[in-house]
Formats: sequence, C-alpha cells, structure tokens
Amino acid sequence: MIEAPTPEDLGAHVDRAAQLIGLPILPAHRAGVIQAMAVIAAAATLVMDFPLPDDVEAAPVFEP
Amino acid sequence: MTDRDYVGSDGLGLVEAIRARRVSARAVTEAALARVASRGVAVNAFTVVLADQARADAEGVDGALAAGREPGPLAGLPFAAKNLFDVAGVTTLAGSRINAGRPPARRDAAAVAALRRAGAILIGALNMDEYAYGFTNENAHHGAVRNPHDPARVAGGSSGGSGAAVGAALVPLALGSDTNGSVRVPAALCGAFGFKPTYGRVSRIGCAPLAGSLDHVGALGRSVRDVTAAFDAMHGPDPEDPVCARRAAEPCRPVLGQGVDGLRIAVLDGHFARGGEPDVFAAVAAAASALGVSRRVSIPEANRARAAAMIITACEGASNHLDDLRTRPQDFDPLTRDRFLAGALVPGVFYQQAQRFRAWYRAQVARLFGEVDVLLAPTTPCPAPRIGQDRVVLDGVEVPARASLGLFTQPLSFIGLPVLSVPVRTGPLPLGVQIIGAPFREARVLRVGALLEAKGVAVTAVAP
Repeated sequence: MIEAPTPEDLGAHVDRAAQLIGLPILPAHRAGVIQAMAVIAAAATLVMDFPLPDDVEAAPVFEP
Repeated sequence: MTDRDYVGSDGLGLVEAIRARRVSARAVTEAALARVASRGVAVNAFTVVLADQARADAEGVDGALAAGREPGPLAGLPFAAKNLFDVAGVTTLAGSRINAGRPPARRDAAAVAALRRAGAILIGALNMDEYAYGFTNENAHHGAVRNPHDPARVAGGSSGGSGAAVGAALVPLALGSDTNGSVRVPAALCGAFGFKPTYGRVSRIGCAPLAGSLDHVGALGRSVRDVTAAFDAMHGPDPEDPVCARRAAEPCRPVLGQGVDGLRIAVLDGHFARGGEPDVFAAVAAAASALGVSRRVSIPEANRARAAAMIITACEGASNHLDDLRTRPQDFDPLTRDRFLAGALVPGVFYQQAQRFRAWYRAQVARLFGEVDVLLAPTTPCPAPRIGQDRVVLDGVEVPARASLGLFTQPLSFIGLPVLSVPVRTGPLPLGVQIIGAPFREARVLRVGALLEAKGVAVTAVAP
C-alpha cells in the first residue's frame, strides 16, 4: 500500500516534476495545483493498491 | 410554424411534417432560430448561431422535396453541436479563450458532416466546459449554461449547452462528447435523452479531444428515436480515426419497436446503489418496475474504475494542452487549469497501472455480460446543483459537487460501453437512468429505452 502523501510531499513533487518537464507553476496557481495533485494521488492509491495479475497488459489501442 | 407546434414535436416529428410537405424546412428553421433568439439567451446555450447557413440548407431541403429528390432521413431536422466539433468557417473554441485565436475550421467534423448529409440543419455551436473537462458547464469565458428547469442551477457538463438546448426545446437534437459522462450528465440534469454509443463507433475526426483513449461522440435529443436516428446517420468505420471501429454500421431504428422480450435485464447494485439521493434510486426503481426487472447484479471494483478513469483523463488531457499550459496558464478557465497542470505532473506508473486496470476491469464486465444483456443504474447521484455550489451532501457525506456528478457514469465510459440516459422524473427536477449494454450492442440499449418511453416512464422534460 502506498502511503498517503503529506501536503509538503505533494508540494515538493509538484515543484520538482514541473521543473523537470519545464512547466512553470505561477505562485498564484501553486496551491490549486497541489490540491488537484492530492485528488489524483488519492485516486492513484486506489489503483496502485489493486493486485493485478502479471499477465494483464494495457491495450496499445483500446478496443471495447 | 408556431412556437407551440415547434416545441410540441420531437425531431423526427418535424421531419415527418417536412417530408409530407405540411410545413417547409425553412419554416421549421425559422421557428428554431426564433426560439434560440427568444429563449436561448436565458440559458446561455449557444456560442454562435449560423442563421444564414441554416436558412440556405433548409431551402436546399425544400428544393429537393419540390424536385422529387430524396432529402435524407433527417430532412430539415434542426440541430446544434457542442463547440468542440469543427464547423467549416467557424473557429472551434472547445469552450476556451485560447482557441479563439485559431483560424476557422476548414471542414465540418465527421459527425456534423454526417448529420448534414442526412438532411439535418445545423443551427449553431453550443457552450461547454473548457476543453470538455468538467461536469457543470460553469464556463469562465462564455458564462455558465443555465438549467432550463431552474436558471439558478447548472445544466450539467461538459456538453451543458447541448443539454440546455434540448431541455429548453431550442433544438430537438444536439451533438455532444462523452469522456467520463459529458453526454449523459447534462442529458439527465436537463431532462433529455443522451446516448453515448460504444467507444469507437462514431468517428471523432474534427472533434477536439479531452482524453483520446476515453473520448466518445454522442447525441442528446427529445426522444429515443431522435438519438437513434442521429446514431444511425453517424456511426460506421472511418479510416481517418485510428480508434474508429472497423465494424460495419448496424442501423438501430428498424429494431426500436422490438420490445425487450428475451433480453436479460438487471439493476446494478453495489457502487451504483449507494452514494446518491433517494430520488435517483427511485428513478431506477421506477424503470425496473416498468420493465418487470427485480434481478440485481454487481460490477466489481467500479470505484477503482472511476479513479483510474480520472488519472487517465488528467494525463491525456494535460498532454494535449502542454504547450499552452507552459506559456499561457493564466488564459485557462480556473475550473480546469489546476487539474490540467497537475495532470502534466502525474508519475507514468500511475497512468500505466490505470490502463492495465482497465484491461482487467473490462474482462470482469465482459464476463458479467455473459449472464445479462442490459443493466440499469442512475445517471447522476443528485439533481442539478446550484451554479457556484462547491459541495454537496450525498448519503450523509459532504463531497465535491462537481466531481461527484460523474460517480455513476465514469465506471461505464471507462470501458467504452454503450449507454443511453433516459429522463425520469421523481421530484421537482429531472433525473436520468442509464441503460447500459455490452460493447456494440447499441440496439438492445435503445430498445429498452424505447419501451420505457412508450410506457411513459422516460419522458423528456421540456421547459416552456
């Protein structure tokens, strides 16, 4: 199970990942981006915690 | 044609009157334009009205009829398109300020072209959430779309202009797109039928993407036969769209009246039976009762499916707008900007695991469709929230109002299932019930919808 990140963890991730991909986060937007990242991180906990069989492969082009 | 006559008919009713020469296509178009001018401003549904083109197209239909030529199955039917569909000569805004600086589209989107080829008359383009990333259509650039049944409330989104245009009877048919619920949510909240076919059934060429691996083209309309006729005109292979199914078109209008004998129908339990207001489950119960259905089944891990859909949407959406996010983030709508920016920063393993989970989940649901043909579930967990409302209490828990509107739609579009949202009224505001089928079994879904409509359970709520 992945641990829920703290607001500080999320802030640090946002700052460093944004720097890595050359995406400036304006000071006025930073708090909102961290909040949005918290929502994604919570969703990711649900997805990452699910034990998938090794042979499950994402389809390159999804076909229903 | 009087406004009362115009409002009193579904789209194909207008087509029948036009084909029988009881009214001209031009007169129907004038009635639509008058309605858009008189009622459209209040709901803020349209971003552009194409009056001259519409009149010319209508005269083309009347000319064909006068000359004895076939004018098409949708002859003279007025429709409008969410403004993420390309319309030749018009800049495709996709709900943004950023795209306003782009040149006009050179040709119609495939779906728009298909409806126009079938004789339908394009009246204009419709308001939407910026880049289709929202469930409420509170657009900072073009204003919130207002619910035709209560102007203090949202119309739903992201195809909110489409929902309001049908719910206010501005046009009987509107094109929308659905990535996580964006056809079905506004249809439910505005009292319209909303049909999202199987992923890949309808070409998305000329349709600005939100998240390519989840985006569907769909239609909102006044009746099951209206959305079915639109589907029949639009679906089929398109080699230009890499995800468009190669499967041949399977027209559904001829089978609409076949009823539901032989179909195994069940109500979805678990995730789809909690977390909503009592009225939404009462709407599902009313539909189930009318169909004589008591069986209940569950889809495993639907809540994780919703989470995975959210991650995929964030990543793919951000990727589509990365250049603008880098250079002009201040020009995005505040309701989408932070989510797009965060989507650009998501670790790759989250995205890949979400796509792998999707394959697993698809297999589980495919297994369920071995035992059942059609499923029923609520469309939204509550009726339309107020414009500006941030939080809503569902099942005793306070949750974000906007994101929660996708609670029951996201786990279904996630694996591309065909779904028809039918309007069912159990309280003062419209609600929707989803009729869900296996991939490419649109006909079954539409047959169930047609029967519920014939029984008077699914009824379009039209605001006067």
